[in-house]
Amino acid sequence: MKRVYVNEKWCLGCHLCEYYCAFANSGKSSMVKALKDHKIAPRIRIEERNNISFAVNCRHCTDPLCVKGCISGALTIVDGAVQIDSDKCVGCYTCILSCPYGALSTSNEGAIQKCELCAKNEFGQPMCVQGCPNKAIVYEER
Amino acid sequence: MNYVIIGNGTAAVGTIEGIRAVDRDSAITVISDEIYPVYGRPLISYLLLGKTTEDKMLHYRPADFYEKNGVKTMLGRTVTKIDPAAKTVLLEGGEAVPYDKLCICTGSRPFVPPMEGLETVQNKTSFMTLDDAKRLNTMLGDQNDKRVLIIGAGLIGLKCAEGIYQRVGELTVIDLAPRILPNVLTEAPAAIIQKHIESKGVRFILGDSVARFDGNTATLQSGGTIDFDVLVIAVGVRPNTELAADAGCEVNRGILTDDHSATTVPDIYAAGDCTVSHDITADTDRILAILPNAYMQGETAGRNMAGGSTSFDKAIPMNASGFMGLHMITAGAYDGETYLEQDEEHYKLLVTRDNHLVGFIMIGDVDRAGIYTSLIRERTPLDTIDFDLIREKPQLMAFSRAERAKKLGGAH
Amino acid sequence: MAIDFLYPQYEVVRNYDRCIACRACERQCANEVHFYDPEFEKMMVDESKCVNCHRCVSLCPTRALKIVKTDHTFKENANWTGKAISEVYRQAGSGGVLLSSMGNPEPYPIYWDKILINASQVTNPSIDPLREPMETKTFLGKKPGKIERDKNGRLVPNMSPQLELNIPIMFSAMSYGSISYNAHESLARAACALGTYYNTGEGGLHQDFYQYGPHTIVQVASGRFGVHKDYLEAGAAIEIKMGQGAKPGIGGHLPGHKVGPDISKTRMIPEGTDAISPAPHHDIYSIEDLRQLVFSLKEATEYKKPVMVKIAAVHNVAAIASGVARSGADVICIDGYRGGTGAAPTRIRDNVGIPIELALAAVDQRLRDEGIRDQVSVVVGGSIRNSADLLKAIALGADACYIATSALLALGCHLCRSCQTGKCNWGIATQRPELVKRLNPDIGSQRLINLVTAWDHELKEMMGGMGINSIEALRGNRLMLRGLGLTQKELDILGIKHAGE
Repeated sequence: MKRVYVNEKWCLGCHLCEYYCAFANSGKSSMVKALKDHKIAPRIRIEERNNISFAVNCRHCTDPLCVKGCISGALTIVDGAVQIDSDKCVGCYTCILSCPYGALSTSNEGAIQKCELCAKNEFGQPMCVQGCPNKAIVYEER
Repeated sequence: MNYVIIGNGTAAVGTIEGIRAVDRDSAITVISDEIYPVYGRPLISYLLLGKTTEDKMLHYRPADFYEKNGVKTMLGRTVTKIDPAAKTVLLEGGEAVPYDKLCICTGSRPFVPPMEGLETVQNKTSFMTLDDAKRLNTMLGDQNDKRVLIIGAGLIGLKCAEGIYQRVGELTVIDLAPRILPNVLTEAPAAIIQKHIESKGVRFILGDSVARFDGNTATLQSGGTIDFDVLVIAVGVRPNTELAADAGCEVNRGILTDDHSATTVPDIYAAGDCTVSHDITADTDRILAILPNAYMQGETAGRNMAGGSTSFDKAIPMNASGFMGLHMITAGAYDGETYLEQDEEHYKLLVTRDNHLVGFIMIGDVDRAGIYTSLIRERTPLDTIDFDLIREKPQLMAFSRAERAKKLGGAH
Repeated sequence: MAIDFLYPQYEVVRNYDRCIACRACERQCANEVHFYDPEFEKMMVDESKCVNCHRCVSLCPTRALKIVKTDHTFKENANWTGKAISEVYRQAGSGGVLLSSMGNPEPYPIYWDKILINASQVTNPSIDPLREPMETKTFLGKKPGKIERDKNGRLVPNMSPQLELNIPIMFSAMSYGSISYNAHESLARAACALGTYYNTGEGGLHQDFYQYGPHTIVQVASGRFGVHKDYLEAGAAIEIKMGQGAKPGIGGHLPGHKVGPDISKTRMIPEGTDAISPAPHHDIYSIEDLRQLVFSLKEATEYKKPVMVKIAAVHNVAAIASGVARSGADVICIDGYRGGTGAAPTRIRDNVGIPIELALAAVDQRLRDEGIRDQVSVVVGGSIRNSADLLKAIALGADACYIATSALLALGCHLCRSCQTGKCNWGIATQRPELVKRLNPDIGSQRLINLVTAWDHELKEMMGGMGINSIEALRGNRLMLRGLGLTQKELDILGIKHAGE
């Protein structure tokens, strides 16, 4: 299965992946409409320190602890990718407790949000990858 | 191969999915005394709170889950006996269901201590099943005027309080322990959560208990009285071990299993709240009645029942809960060297022992707590990471470059 | 002091209707032009620091930025231009030599743009390179004057060592130090993939890049930095650098702050010391001295590798080239005055040397006249901007061309000409690790491959139009060129007729 992989060697810490993510999942037609005067809550997040930086998002584990521990059945595996049904999610945070990567976060709507590889939005392929200027984030089979 | 699962909770789902990961074809039968398809029990408070609906709850797995997995369900049926010699399960009414491999996922039931005059209380319920939640819902009505007394300030009692606090006239929680969440939290964080819940209009009576009931009045050990309309008993749960014990499985507080989820009787497995787990953080055997644990034990049982060889040896106590907007995540044991950060509504305690993180409590900001959980679960030696960094906040930066490359660049 | 004030050359224009304050501009600008003002909740700029490298413009996800030249002006004066005045102010303030980088930007004539290419019509058929053979492969090195046979009549192999180029383009010398590790890796990998060569420059060869040796030209310059036996043996050819088009007559200077651990090791000099290449080679004061070095290097590498000599295009370049050809060199490389540099004194860069077009024509003619053209190959560089320049150079007599500025552009360079600051935002002319990583060689090498492949397509297309199907048939074929708007003298030097003739 194709997944998003991160190579910190090429990460510039520009944070553009976060903005492309927030835009892609906003449902808005342009980045300006989606993000102007908004504090973003992206599903991919940069960690940075002393000139080291890298993006972290859902690893789409084959054996995902978040899915196993989900009390509502909101987290499921669809074609290998971990997806969340935010309508079912009650916001108990058991997935936040479980995920070894810290890849799930709270959304402004109360439910949990996570990277779904842009499968559910209009772009259909991960926009963080499209937005990365240095191929530090790639979408490929490994 | 013929698989039989007694119970239809999360452990049973884990078992089904575990079996199907190895064996796509053989028959699976699920027998449960509840009439509902599987649902996440912790959801009942969210049902009352309005964050979910019965319909959504009952879709913990998709509607075609049993069909797709070739599972025959016998719902509303009660198992009376397991006959390991004949390899059959006997049901009420006399029917016998044969099995090759059996998994006991009977869960637990509410514990109701003997209390004087309890029989005189008209509106009372425990808080564990969907039926309990429906009963409570009916008792509360829609006038938002009922006075509710909850006995037990543990997770069940407090989640119940959260579920109903906006729908009651008065809400009192009483517990014999001197603090709330006595089994989950230490004093200081318990006080933070207590203060928060109190700010939402809930009254706590701690270090006290009901001496007797007289209709809608409870008289406390300390002498005072509380008038109420609805009583919720949330003192605790007891594992359902009778069937297993009767079948010859070794049982102490719960059913004993090995790391393959096998009981001491051949071809009988057990998973979930009815079993004893080995808590790696305290190196003790105890009941870890938590949903992720139930799933993992069930999945392990299922895979091994189907001929695989999988062990689950990473059980730890852990909990994610929110109370009226304040979130709490805890895991592991609190016995060791501590690191503490604390202010008004934010609390973070990390507990280390022998170069390992063994437990933590986070209240308020619980962002990325799973990174801590994984340090506990994977028994990561702290001298292999930058512990000063990860103490600040959970972050992958604390791992070595090579380890990060594995985590972020490899398939998992 | 007010008297030192110079109005910023550029203005950063931000469209606040579009700016989402993502701060990518701020994070990407090593010059610290952009900053976020929490009080105004807005991005702000200090345009005085802007070098117009377009990094922010390119990365802005909402296209909210552009850089414009300021319209702030001095009183108009055709003689005392704003530039001339500002340079006086700067020197009056600093007392120092003005430094610049990249090639000569002054508006001297560009002869490439005054030369037109021929095409076949009716009497000589053009060739469709997609359907018919078309070869752009070429070989560099001394060609034997005659066929030799032994007493049995069998051929005696008398071919000197050659460089085989799939495409008549090589990447010219840029040292590790002047450009980054990742830039070098990009060039090296692209050269391998393309079947051509890149050049180490005078900074030695990083251990990691020995693997690309068969596609590497190793340079020996006046500082002899990083030159040792393994280095000489690693390359496919050795180039002696006598001069550089951007700064003929002077040496080079890599400031100590750029000499980090890796560079120090590669150059074999202590960390933090200035790497100063002397203006001349102190052992070369004549063609005879040069010949000694050429043969020392050949001796050291068992006569297996061609030795190249690179000179800057200066006034008497033809006579110098003739001498070089007689020194035993296999290839003469001539660098025109528009050739780039990581740093050069502005006055030298902008005023010394001659155009490569004239130098090339003069050298080729001189070598032919002297009957020694076959003894050397001629490679030219110094602003080959596109495949038409390349074709014209070959038709004027070059065997192949060196490109560097074009290659750097492919890697992301926006020609801001601020290499000397070491703060290249594109990760090319810098040694700062956080900037170097901005150039991912996976991307860089692919872009170089794309560029050269595209030029090769165009070259074949134009050659086909001329009815020519090999580099050999194009080389020195000046009949295929016509001048436009040139004086008779210029036409004579270029050896071409005027359009219409």
